[in-house]
Formats: sequence, structure tokens, C-alpha cells
Amino acid sequence: MSTVTAPTKEAPTKSKNLVEMNWDPITRIVGSLGIFTKIDFANRHVVECHSTSSIFRGYSIFMKGKDPRDAHFITSRICGICGDNHATCATYAQNMAFGVRPPALAEWIVNLGEAAEYMFDHNIFQDNLVGVDFCEQMVKETNPGVFAKAEKTMAPHGDLHGFRTIADIMRALNPFTGSFYREALQMSRMTREMFCLMEGRHVHPSTLYPGGVGTVPTIQLFTDYLVRLMKYVEFMKKVVPLHDDLFDFFYEALPGYEEVGKRRVLLACWGSFNNPAVCDYTYKNMTNWGRAMYVTPGIVVDGKLVTTDLVDINLNIRILLGSSFYDDWQHSETFVKTDPLGNPVDKHHPWNQSTIPRPQKRDFGGKYTWVMSPRWYDKRTGDHLALDTGGGPIARLWATALAGLVDIGYIKSTGHSVKMYLPKTTSLPEVEFEWKIPKWSNAIERDRARTYFQVYAASAALYFVEQALEELHSGRTKTWSEFKVPEEAIGCGFHEAVRGVLSHHVVIRNGKIANYHPYPPTPWNANPRDVYGTPGPYEDAVQNTPIFEENGPDKFKGIDIMRSVRSFDPCLPCGVHMYLGDGKVLETRHSPMFGLQP
Amino acid sequence: MATEAAPYGRVTQKAPAVAEVHIVWITAGLGCDGDSVSITAATQPSIEDVLLGAIPGLPKVHLHNPVLAYENGDDFLKYWYLAEQGKLDPFVLVVEGSIPNEKIKKEGYWAALGTNPKTGQPITTNEWIDRLAPQALGIIACGTCATYGGIHAMEGNPTGCMGLADYLGWGWHSKAGLPIVNVPGCPVQPDNFMETVLYLLYQVAGLAPMIPLDEQLRPTWLFGKTVHEGCDRAGYYEQGDFAESYGSPKCIVKLGCWGPVVNCNVPKRGWMAGIGGCPNVGGICIGCTMPGFPDKFMPFMDEPPGARVSTSAVGAYGRAITALRTLTQATVNKEPKWRHPRAELTTGYHPRSY
Repeated sequence: MSTVTAPTKEAPTKSKNLVEMNWDPITRIVGSLGIFTKIDFANRHVVECHSTSSIFRGYSIFMKGKDPRDAHFITSRICGICGDNHATCATYAQNMAFGVRPPALAEWIVNLGEAAEYMFDHNIFQDNLVGVDFCEQMVKETNPGVFAKAEKTMAPHGDLHGFRTIADIMRALNPFTGSFYREALQMSRMTREMFCLMEGRHVHPSTLYPGGVGTVPTIQLFTDYLVRLMKYVEFMKKVVPLHDDLFDFFYEALPGYEEVGKRRVLLACWGSFNNPAVCDYTYKNMTNWGRAMYVTPGIVVDGKLVTTDLVDINLNIRILLGSSFYDDWQHSETFVKTDPLGNPVDKHHPWNQSTIPRPQKRDFGGKYTWVMSPRWYDKRTGDHLALDTGGGPIARLWATALAGLVDIGYIKSTGHSVKMYLPKTTSLPEVEFEWKIPKWSNAIERDRARTYFQVYAASAALYFVEQALEELHSGRTKTWSEFKVPEEAIGCGFHEAVRGVLSHHVVIRNGKIANYHPYPPTPWNANPRDVYGTPGPYEDAVQNTPIFEENGPDKFKGIDIMRSVRSFDPCLPCGVHMYLGDGKVLETRHSPMFGLQP
Repeated sequence: MATEAAPYGRVTQKAPAVAEVHIVWITAGLGCDGDSVSITAATQPSIEDVLLGAIPGLPKVHLHNPVLAYENGDDFLKYWYLAEQGKLDPFVLVVEGSIPNEKIKKEGYWAALGTNPKTGQPITTNEWIDRLAPQALGIIACGTCATYGGIHAMEGNPTGCMGLADYLGWGWHSKAGLPIVNVPGCPVQPDNFMETVLYLLYQVAGLAPMIPLDEQLRPTWLFGKTVHEGCDRAGYYEQGDFAESYGSPKCIVKLGCWGPVVNCNVPKRGWMAGIGGCPNVGGICIGCTMPGFPDKFMPFMDEPPGARVSTSAVGAYGRAITALRTLTQATVNKEPKWRHPRAELTTGYHPRSY
């Protein structure tokens, strides 16, 4: 039996004037997202939100019958900003299915590539896409009072980042003309060069394979990477205090801003960076090698760590329908009845999913999106939890902090925080940053965690370079292990895409793909109301959001809603639109969603 | 001495024939936005070089791309509506993602952008192309999905998707007489795309002749050579010294590299700033720039059929190999037959639900 796990925000309201406000498309994200809201301007909050995606491509359908070795090349094309996360996750699933363990050096090369991806992607998203929501032009248009205050507010860490006032930071974030905007864009290129050193091409890698990598490990390879990495390290020593100043200012300038984009703490992280000494890719040992990852997998509910066990995580994934353009697969084939440990596998687990598209008209009272509703079944309570990734970093840092397992010199998890060390660089001394578990899972803390995770990725990369060089210096230069594709097998891969949890689930029969279902982060975040009526995380977070914008309905930009949605780092080549309506007033008593009305 | 004479430094410069140009960029094909992301990596020229006027002779450029736009929702889409009405003149249309076949089902949509204010339903990507193409100065198909269909047009796909030229017709010309310009790549190589944009801007400015394109509508200076011809591992090939496992610095044709028959400059140019690439850094060429991609190259990790002949006969039969390769190259330069705009799905997928 399942229940609605978060209090619904669709409770009757006393306001009579709801204004329909829609944004379609939401820009400065990857992919196609629409957000449809009803706003109560008298009481200054969002009453209802629907999230919709307008693209369907059908990977699970056209991958059937293909060679399982092709899976990582194909699935990379799911996403144009974190395609390599898909390719990597696919090779993890292939390695399990093929029973192959790559040489340690290959794992360090993949870890270095993926670390560069986090460094690049969080950087460009934070400072070239999200940052625009905090830039001078935007703040002036939405909250002129706040901008006036920013002009008068000294940046507490101005000595570290070079901007005297908060308004100076905002000016530097103006698109294309802002100095920090352009510096960040340039930095996003250097980190992509680091990525290309390890994985060949960005964003669809050329050198990843099941069994390892084709990258040629030379002294030059790691030198070229390390030199760039240290420039990024110096950059981050300025960026962390810059963002702390900017985000802290919003709490100060707009009391109550912590409510923007806030939702119950329901965070998921599937773990990242395999440890080659422990990871043998067998399902039977998955619990152990999952806990040895350098970002710890975990589910955090109401601030408590529920599990760090990848087997537990895997078995309780459920794909629900309810508001999506698909037929149920109850009568389709059950591909996997039990996992390799003998545990039963549910019909709504990705291994057993059949994708049956049914294109139809969009109806917000019925079916309205191409995104399905992934949930995690909490066996303690019987709830199907609408977990979110918070855009990735907040969940990764939270799970890693609570688990207390990571301790690699550059990074130490304390059980309540994560400490990260950056060594001396050209012009700045060594620094320690500490990410502490925040009071809320909200827009500002999701954004702040993103900056801190950029440091985490850099610190981890410093460790990986050391480990890779040790292999190289010891003469262990093999980067690929041979394998044979079995006639029958199953596999799963767990990884963290930049914006959160990523899993791939494959079933092989007669040496071909019989079923393949990838679950990227955005379906977890951008999904619609499920069959039990539980809204997806964007919907839930936006429905919670108070309005701080100074504009009324006629000039409304929806900036607080934009900040809420973008804090999740939407990436919807399967996903969401925002369309600014004409501000027409609805009679709430005519809206069946609101139940009893006066 | 005439006082009106231009300062000596400006005498060879010409004002652009057109003062301002808009770029309207649709990412709502069946794609991944990877081409938009890719162009943010370009440095030759960079996106900010073009937008901030850092290159002499160019018109002022206004970019309307959903990944980079300041505006949201209708504030953003107003440029689309203006373009449709002929009020955003001139504009270059960029299309990213493959074009689904919306005619193979009764209702609903495969790809859409924005909401139709009259019906409350999404506006399909195909409808946007129909509205905007007649008004555009020129159209660039960006990336292999938009040019030829790409991954999403693989055998067995449910959407019947295709390349832009399959949709509009290979003989399509803009109102200014320009054919579709195809810049393939999965994703597009960053500088290849920005350089093509730069060329077209020069052409619009009256500073360059008609862009030279091959039969597949690719700029000839970017796609006129094969991967193999630009690969620094070709020396191993010539010596008949082939890699037997991934991670080797030798020629990887036996491991699945299609370089000898694929039109692409990436090994020569690198992926960005001369770094990365494909066979030059240990990644097999899977033919991602080609009309036949992906089907004619799968399974990717098997040795290509032509390579076996070539690798055993290298040197001795140079001419024969060249002839065989030309045949293979002609095949992989053709799209599979199921990519078409007819109102039927012929990909091999048989839907019961639509």
C-alpha cells in the first residue's frame, strides 16, 4: 500500500484570484521543459504546478536486438551535456553483464574524465546558466529593491575574489558582458580539454569501452591534465567565497528566502568514482564495492541515512505511470524474476519495464508529459518515495557526509560534513573548504552545494592523478581487459550523472540486447504526478514556493520559480517548458484541483 | 588631401552589406542539445567573439538559443513569432535534432516547443520548421541528427525521424537562394560549426562567395578528407602494424575503426584546442558524421568489412583498395531507406499503441 509521501500543496486556499502563469520553454537548461503554475498573488505564493516535457525519442525501443557492446556508444547520445556519464554508466553495466574487470589504470582514467566532467558541467551551469538568474540585469528587473541593497552591501570575502560589493558580483554575472561570466565560460573550455585528454571527445566520448579505455597512458597525458587541474584549483579558491557571499546575501536581503524551492529532504545519490581495488563489477559484491566508491551512494530521508547499499537501492527502484504518455506493461514479459542473489525483482523495476508509447493530447487533468515517475519503495513504511537529486551535488555531499566512509587525504567525510583540501597554487596558499549539512533542501542550498562539489571533484582528481601515476611508474600500463559477450546475462550500472542519480539496466539474450532501460536524474526530478497522485519533485518544490519578486502579474518574470526549477539543474532531452501566460484571472471555484471552495 | 578620406587603417575594410543578423536556433528536434553545448567549447571563433563583434567585417549578431537565452517562455518565443511574421529580417535558422514523423500517429506529438495559445497544446517542432523555413535567409542543420537523422533514426525507432533535408527536400533553397547547409558530427565538432557560421556571416555581409558544399551539403573544406587521411596513426597502417587491444598507440582499424571511409577532419583538428579526437587518441571511428550513421557502422566494435582486405593487402594493392573504399564510402554516404517524410513507419518497429 502506498501513500502520498509529501503533504500535498493543493490544499484549498482562501484566495479567490489565482493567476495562471506558464513558462514554456524554460531556457538556460538542457532540453525541453514547461512549467505550468497557478499563482495566488494576494498571498504571494504558488498554489499549483505541473511540469511537462515535450520530447520522445524511444531509446529503449530502438536498442532492442542490438549488440550489447554498442550500448555505451548509443546511450551517450541520450544527453548532450552529460553524455559521458551515460557512456560510463553503460560500461559499468556492460562490465557486470560481460563479467569483465578493467585494469586499475583504466578506472583512474575514467575517474579523471568524470571528475573533469563535474568540474566543467557544474561550472558552466552555475555561472553561465543559473548565474544569470542572479545577475544585475535580472535582479534589477525582478527586485530593484534588492539590487539597491546589493550596491550598499560589501562582499564579506571581497579580498579573496576581488569584487567589492554584492552588486559588483551581480554585474560580473551579466551574460556575455560580465567579466566573471566570461571567465567561467573560458574555464569551462579548459576543463573540457581535461576531459578530452581522458575520454577523447566531449560530450560523446570516443575512448570508453566495456573492459576499459583506449586512451594511451603516457606521462604527457597526466602532466597535461594536472597542469590544467591546478589552474582550476586556483579558480575555485575564488569561486567558493564568491558564491557564498552571493547566496548568503539573498537570505539576508530577502528574509524567508529559504522557503524558495524548499521540499522535504528526500535525497538520492547512486555513488560515483569506482575504487579499482574493490570494484569487481559482480552483482554479488555490489554492496561492498558500492560503499568503496569515492562518492558514497545513499538515500537520505528527513536528514537520516536510510541505506548505502546499492543492492537495496537497485531492488527498490519502481517506475510508475499515472500522468505519462505510455501504456502500462503489466501484461508484457517479465525479463528478470530474481536478481543474482535470489531476491525477487518487481514488475515495475527497470529490468522488467517495457516502454509502450501512446502519443496523445496534453491534458493537465490526465496525462501531460513524456516523463515517467521513478520512485523508491521504502519497505519500512510502504511509501513510494518521490526522491530527488537536488541537481546532484547536495545529495552527493549529504550522503557522503553522513556515511563517513570517504577518507583519501584530499577529502574526508566526518559523519556530519565533508572536508576538502586544495594545495598551494600559483598565487594562493593551500585551503580547506568544509561543506556542512544545511538546514534545508532548497534552491539556495542546492546551488551552494554545486559550488562545493566543484571543489570535491577537483580534490578527488588530485588523488586520482597520484594513483594513476603510481600505476604508470610501476609499469602497469594496460588499460583494457578482454571479454566475451555472453548469450544470456543481466547487468546494472550505478553512477552519478552531473545532475544526479544515473542507473542503466540491461538484459542480454542470444547475445543481443533484449531489454535496456536507463534512468537518468531528470526523470527523478521532472516527473509528473504518479498513479498515487504524488507530484514529482519540481512540481512539489515549486508548489511550495513563496513569491518574492516585486513585479505584479502583468510584468511577472517568475524569477523565484525559475530559481527553484533551475536549482535542480534540469536536463531534459526528455523534459520540461515554461510559458509566461497572459495573466488571466481564473475563478478558483471552477478549478476542480482545489476541491472545496467557498 | 581630402578630409573625408578614411583613416589609412580602414581603407580595405567594408561595412557589412547587412547591419544586423538574427540567429534563431531550434534545439527541439529529437536530439540531446549536445550541439549547443558543443559550440560553447568553440574558440575558433568562440561564441562571444561573434556576439561581441570581435571579428572585423561582421554584421551585429543576435543569438536566440534556448540553452543560452536570458529570456524565458513567451519573452523568449516572441522572436520565433516575429521571425514567422517576417519581422525578424534577416535571420539564419539553425536546426538541432532529427525531425520526427508526426504523420504516423493519430494524435499527440513527438517533439514540441512552446504552447499554442489558441489550443493550449504544444507547438510541434515540425510546425515551427514549416513556419520559419520560408522566412529564413538560410538554414544550417547542426549535428548528425539534424543533417541525416542520426542515432534517433536508427533501425527500429518508433518516431520515424529523419534529417532536415529529408523533411524539406534535398533540393530545398531559401528565399535568398541558399541550399541547406549541413554540419554533421555527433556532436558537431565545436570549431567546425562556428567556422561555418562565420563563413555564412561573411557571405551575408557580402564579403565571401557562395559557401562551397558537397553532395551531402557539407562544407567541402571541412569534410573533403577522410578520417584516415588526417590520422597520425596512418603511419602504423602503412607499415601493416595494427593494434590487437584497446589502449595501444597503433592503428586501430582491426578493432572497429571506420576511419578510411569516413568524411571528417577530427583527427587532424582534434576535438578542441587540438586536444582529443577519435582514432588519433585511441577511440575507434564509428562514422558519426555520416549519412549512414549509425546503422551502417554497427556493431561498432567489429572490424569493418573493408578493413580486412585493406589491412592484409596494404602497400601491394594500393589502387585496388582505393577503388573498394570508394564503393564503401559511397554506401556509408547514403542514409538508410526508412528515413522519409511519408505517412508510414518503415523502421521495423510495429506499434500497437498509436
